[in-house]
Amino acid sequence: MSKKPTTKKTAARKPAKPRKTKVPSWKRADGRAFDELRTLKIESGVLPNADGSAYIEMGRNKILCGVFGPREMHPKHNAKPNEAVLRCRYHMAPFSVDPRRSPAPSRRDQEISMVMRSALEPAVFLERYPRASIDVYIEVLEADGGTRCASINAAAVALVDAGIPMRDLVAACAVGKIEDKLIVDLGDYEDKKGQSDMPVAYMPKLGKVTLLQMDGIMSTEETEKALNLAIEGCKKVYEIQREALKKKYGIDQPQDKPQKEFTPEETEEEPQKEEGQQ
Amino acid sequence: MSANYQDRDLVLPGDVLFEGRIRTGENTYRSQEQVYATRLGLVNYSPENVSVTALSAGYTPLVGDVVIGKVVDMDLGEWRIDIGAQSEAVMGIPDAVDRPFRTDYVMTRVLDIGDTMIAKIVDLDRRRTPVLSILGPGLGKLYDGFIVHITPSKIPRLIGKKGSMINMIIKETGCRVVIGQNGRVLISGPNREREAMVVKVINKIELEAHTSGLTNRTQEYLRQLKESSQ
Repeated sequence: MSKKPTTKKTAARKPAKPRKTKVPSWKRADGRAFDELRTLKIESGVLPNADGSAYIEMGRNKILCGVFGPREMHPKHNAKPNEAVLRCRYHMAPFSVDPRRSPAPSRRDQEISMVMRSALEPAVFLERYPRASIDVYIEVLEADGGTRCASINAAAVALVDAGIPMRDLVAACAVGKIEDKLIVDLGDYEDKKGQSDMPVAYMPKLGKVTLLQMDGIMSTEETEKALNLAIEGCKKVYEIQREALKKKYGIDQPQDKPQKEFTPEETEEEPQKEEGQQ
Repeated sequence: MSANYQDRDLVLPGDVLFEGRIRTGENTYRSQEQVYATRLGLVNYSPENVSVTALSAGYTPLVGDVVIGKVVDMDLGEWRIDIGAQSEAVMGIPDAVDRPFRTDYVMTRVLDIGDTMIAKIVDLDRRRTPVLSILGPGLGKLYDGFIVHITPSKIPRLIGKKGSMINMIIKETGCRVVIGQNGRVLISGPNREREAMVVKVINKIELEAHTSGLTNRTQEYLRQLKESSQ
């Protein structure tokens, strides 16, 4: 940066300037690499009165999730005779954003509730509980972009904690485009200033996408690249979800034992990555 | 044909437990020659099947289970009872009163809304709604005692091998302990201290159900509680 005044004087150096900015690795507004997730912390079983619960901190997002059920559906005419109904309620606390937000459910809340339901439904064995309801309550205490992904991550952990039979966990992660570059796990700033935003929910063990939305514009190649990046992001999230669930029972050791026999060095350094490969 | 974990490893939903042909046990499902877990729990391998002992699961009613329930609603001729299952249970007058049926019974004299009782599941009807009865030894309305909750899948640990754990608790504390298969445990004893002791012990079992050598540790814990109370 200190060289700027000297380069301006000579005309010959000018074409070199854009190259200079391209070559060093580009960094995001908060200093992350393009495929780096925000700090992610999940805790399971935080609400004593819920059947299952989870608390997630994804960057500055702070979200509580409670799961109730399978239980009797009220009102009864909403029950399905052949399967359970998964009901999601996404709600943002009035103090979760600045300026204060009305606590009444908005159109956006309804959309996210529906989107979460359809993202989680494929993972749950709903057909095992005819006429019942499974209720997922999401309360956003602090929002900083990507709350729908964070909510899905928390809800999946809470569903497992509630002992609801599941095909797989669901992990979610967003990909977006800002300054023509693809980035993973958008923060609030990137969400608003970016050109495009694509939240993806993914079942890592089954390799199936359960949610794919997009705002903005991306070319076909970019979309393909973005989807792959999102899936990589989801896999990272999945490892943290696993850790959160295991931590409650304080027995991660038996899981690591067979893996240590194969690659003893790597498991000690990066136990999270190793588990994803099995 | 291979097992992917060791016996009693902690597994999560979606984990591939076994590849190849094998019978699927509790809390597992098969898809394309692979056996997956459906719940968080400990995996059990036996020569003929794979199953998962769930560490968190709701209660699935079965005929013959003794459960502890609470009356939540009343209809003409039947009570609706919450037993912590996916649907409310029902109990008709013939299952509650051991006398010839008459139409002028005052149902609230037998059981009122909010009453708690020990009941037995006698049937699952066509919609798989549990049908209860309070006729039988040890069954009926409850008047005193503590009720604590435990995950239903952990009840075998609370009972122990041939009842070793529960008999030890009863012997050490002198309390009456009734275990409902729906995860509700009734404790009634000579005094509050003894009852509180059992509550503490059951909470400890709930937390440590997946560890081995539990009965001996629980006995040790109970003795410590006794000493500190004296």
